[in-house]
Amino acid sequence: MTEVSEMTERAAGTTGPTEGAGPAEGAGPTEATGPAAEAAGAAERAEGATAERAEATAEKAEGARAAGGAVKVRESLTLVPKAQGAQSMKDFKSDQEVRWCPGCGDYAILAAVQGFMPELGLAKENIVFVSGIGCSSRFPYYMNTYGMHSIHGRAPAIATGLASSRPDLSVWVVTGDGDALSIGGNHLIHALRRNVNLKILLFNNRIYGLTKGQYSPTSELGKVTKSTPMGSLDAPFNPVSLAIGAEATFVARTVDSDRKHLTEVLRAAADHPGTALVEIYQNCNIFNDGAFEVLKDKQQAQEAVIRLEHGRPIRFGADGAKGVVRDPATGDLRVVQVTAANEADVLVHDARGESPTTAFALSRLADPDTLHHTPIGVFRSVDRPVYDTLMADQLDAAVERGGKGDLAALLTGGDTWTVIG
Amino acid sequence: MTSQVSSPSDQADEADEAGDRRGIPGQHGVEKEVRRLDRVIIRFAGDSGDGMQLTGDRFTSETASFGNDLSTLPNFPAEIRAPAGTLPGVSSFQLHFADHDILTPGDAPNVLVAMNPAALKANIADVPLGGEIIVNTDEFAKRAMAKVGYATSPLEDGSLDGYRLHPVPLTTLTIEALKDFGLSRKEAERSKNMFALGLLSWMYHRPTEGTENFLRTKFAKKPQIAEANVAAFRAGWNFGETTEDFAVSYEVSPAVTAFPAGTYRNISGNLALSYGLVAASQQAGLPLYLGSYPITPASDILHELSKHKNFGVRTFQAEDEIAGIGAALGAAFGGALAVTTTSGPGVALKSETIGLAVSLELPLLVVDIQRGGPSTGLPTKTEQADLLQAMYGRNGEAPVPIVAPRTPADCFDAALEAARIALTYRTPVFLLSDGYLANGSEPWRIPDTSELPDLTVAFATGPNHTLADGTEVFWPYKRDPRILARPWAVPGTPGLEHRIGGIEKQDGTGNISYDPANHELMVRTRQAKIDGIAVPELEVDDPGATARTLVLGWGSTYGPITAAVRRLRAAGESIAQAHLRHLNPFPGNLGEVLGRYDRVVVPEMNLGQLATLIRARYLVDARSHTQVNGMPFKAEQLAAALKESIDD
Repeated sequence: MTEVSEMTERAAGTTGPTEGAGPAEGAGPTEATGPAAEAAGAAERAEGATAERAEATAEKAEGARAAGGAVKVRESLTLVPKAQGAQSMKDFKSDQEVRWCPGCGDYAILAAVQGFMPELGLAKENIVFVSGIGCSSRFPYYMNTYGMHSIHGRAPAIATGLASSRPDLSVWVVTGDGDALSIGGNHLIHALRRNVNLKILLFNNRIYGLTKGQYSPTSELGKVTKSTPMGSLDAPFNPVSLAIGAEATFVARTVDSDRKHLTEVLRAAADHPGTALVEIYQNCNIFNDGAFEVLKDKQQAQEAVIRLEHGRPIRFGADGAKGVVRDPATGDLRVVQVTAANEADVLVHDARGESPTTAFALSRLADPDTLHHTPIGVFRSVDRPVYDTLMADQLDAAVERGGKGDLAALLTGGDTWTVIG
Repeated sequence: MTSQVSSPSDQADEADEAGDRRGIPGQHGVEKEVRRLDRVIIRFAGDSGDGMQLTGDRFTSETASFGNDLSTLPNFPAEIRAPAGTLPGVSSFQLHFADHDILTPGDAPNVLVAMNPAALKANIADVPLGGEIIVNTDEFAKRAMAKVGYATSPLEDGSLDGYRLHPVPLTTLTIEALKDFGLSRKEAERSKNMFALGLLSWMYHRPTEGTENFLRTKFAKKPQIAEANVAAFRAGWNFGETTEDFAVSYEVSPAVTAFPAGTYRNISGNLALSYGLVAASQQAGLPLYLGSYPITPASDILHELSKHKNFGVRTFQAEDEIAGIGAALGAAFGGALAVTTTSGPGVALKSETIGLAVSLELPLLVVDIQRGGPSTGLPTKTEQADLLQAMYGRNGEAPVPIVAPRTPADCFDAALEAARIALTYRTPVFLLSDGYLANGSEPWRIPDTSELPDLTVAFATGPNHTLADGTEVFWPYKRDPRILARPWAVPGTPGLEHRIGGIEKQDGTGNISYDPANHELMVRTRQAKIDGIAVPELEVDDPGATARTLVLGWGSTYGPITAAVRRLRAAGESIAQAHLRHLNPFPGNLGEVLGRYDRVVVPEMNLGQLATLIRARYLVDARSHTQVNGMPFKAEQLAAALKESIDD
């Protein structure tokens, strides 16, 4: 008890809840986009956005229409109010003591996220982190934003409810390989196909950490763990392949230890309108240490890591000696030694291609056992209408069509009779 | 209707045909007798594809607009189109209407409309001798009869002697009536339910305009079909008026004195519940968010709410029951009036999330339209067997308030009451309706919106705690000392950023705490919050205060219990009645009420779940009277059971 109250005091000193925009000042956006305001008039829903943002939205929508699509796309987070002043990483650290094992890859990810958040420039009260259960799911406690540590596997469902009812929020889901792909597999695939405005960070350490070391749905076949003394029998999921198969509009992979790359991927995910899935290879130094060492060791990484960059030829290895080409016979992708003769055949990465076929093929390049030829970066990033925007649009359309709901008229309905007392 | 008007005519089913008789000349000069009745029970029965539910609904609407009191009981198989002509495929709709205040859809039909041999066979046992039976003779072919086990035709072998049988070739007559419409035989045949409706409408002097308007609206895009149905409906009416077989028609006067002044409509439980949710959202000034997964018999609420987007209502059809409640809980965190709707099997799946909502202390309505269980059970039949699941079906000490409506129209008020508790105390609340209330209907006095309760909520807007050093902070679990509710601080509120979760929280700060003493405090505090919810005192109906037996019910048994009590009192018995709306917490005076009586009888559509709670809580030797046949109690049988207790 003492310990906690000390921490609270410390926090009070550092985060200063009374600093900045006090609640009394109301911070326009909060008032206008609050739920109460919404009940009062669905049509006024987007009013919380500043005029600038509204304009940006309109422009974007017009652009989409001009491009020939009836599809209406809003830029991600345009409805989320901006921060009043400058932010720093410190603003996003909560007062809670971080309790992951020393050396856990989660620390690096937390630092990267806290460091990246100020870049978004969003009002931090409009940012929410929702997690499930597992080591990684303690994440929200360490972010000085709104947060919910929910139940095993269900974070995407809970976050869907929050994001689809509050377009003024930036909602992030933090989950692990067991949480997202085992107990919560159903919610993950449905969030992806709906394209809710969620950013899902999937910490993949290929093991169950919090329950002390059972194999996970991403563990390699034959994995010897406490629950599989003779080796696991089930083929693992490839999260990127799964997400692409589930109609995801944004799928990326990065590594906990590469802060620069991790931050770039987070930036791309944040910019994406709709559900973004970011698989983060994360080291569990207690139960699965070194699982991704081949991707981190400078020497080995040359052979193992393929960095995907939109619009650039897919080359890797020392001096880009290797490249990815399409096999004309099968249409599949394979790795070749790049020569003057075949250089023109090297695939140019197109994350925005309409068809997911090539992105899927890229996701199959890595050897699941050795992790050789593991692509990292953004596999796929395409525009598709965002679920919560469509939902809000239907509310607006209903008001346009039938006027704002009138309770007395609803209750009265059609066939009535009157009894005179 | 729920008002307590003692009516002697509710005593017995056969006490109806008194009253004046007069003759009026029919169109063709036939003197047709008109008898005045005080109440009638009609059952329409046919194949699942025969449109019996629609026929029943239309007759109900005509009856409601005429001003009778009424109560309905739809009864249909879980299969959408069960094998044609079979007993399991029979779908029926029973309607009880009267010139006075009634409480149930009636025990036994006075009139059975049987569209085929299966419908006759499945329902004849419920019709008392002397009852009228209208059969569609066209369907009584040898094979159809053999299919349901009739070796000889019941229309000819004397087995229906003692009933007033009206053999009518409904199919032939309908096809004949529609011969100029250019429809195929099959298309024309489909209007036979409207022919039957027309005939019954003539028999009971129902207004017809509403049905004709309804048909023209329903088939607005197929005017030919609309007119064919109207023609079949009129042909049925004319058939009654001109055929000698139907020598008598009946009048049931409007139930003028049974209703307090006001504007009325007919309403089913699920519709009333949906309206209650919309009203609660308006009264709270919060947007309504429904996270749901289709399940019988709750899906109609999802359908209904999805129509009201212009009220700011968001409906989310989730990938499963868990995601349905998960999304609702997420919306609750964001400041919505959040609801999930389901039936028993869905509640089982939602249990873990309900536990999280208990821990997070966020408002959330869990609507359970109970059906027969366990497992898939009887999806289209009624039961009250989820009470203990609602009460205890979670891991850990996870108390959840429970509210139960008593009649279809009462679902409206019960939804508002459940919302009041959820919003005031920041807790998930169970609303326990059932299949009988959901699909049954009755007249509802439409409330003036100014009569509705104020449910406005104040979100937290600033710090609520001062640390020793004078710093002002926000503590998400610092409670209102009066009602123990915690503040509801929604994302978007500056300075109140906080994290909540399913791990035990430190009192006040809400930070993770594994401290034993803190856990003890939090468990007891959560329980104390629910125990302390203000609920109205239990009212006891005990005229003359002479009764020594109390009948205590909850939920949809209100109608049958009250009808049974009226019968007993009309027969000179003394019995007291009380009905619980609040199952958790119980009304504060319940223990005292129970102590007043020598005997307490608890009728339930389960194996004694409320009785178990009462016995455990109050150490009262409550007697259980139970029924689990998927149907509501019959007043007559219930009265007999209560009489045994009185005499004991």
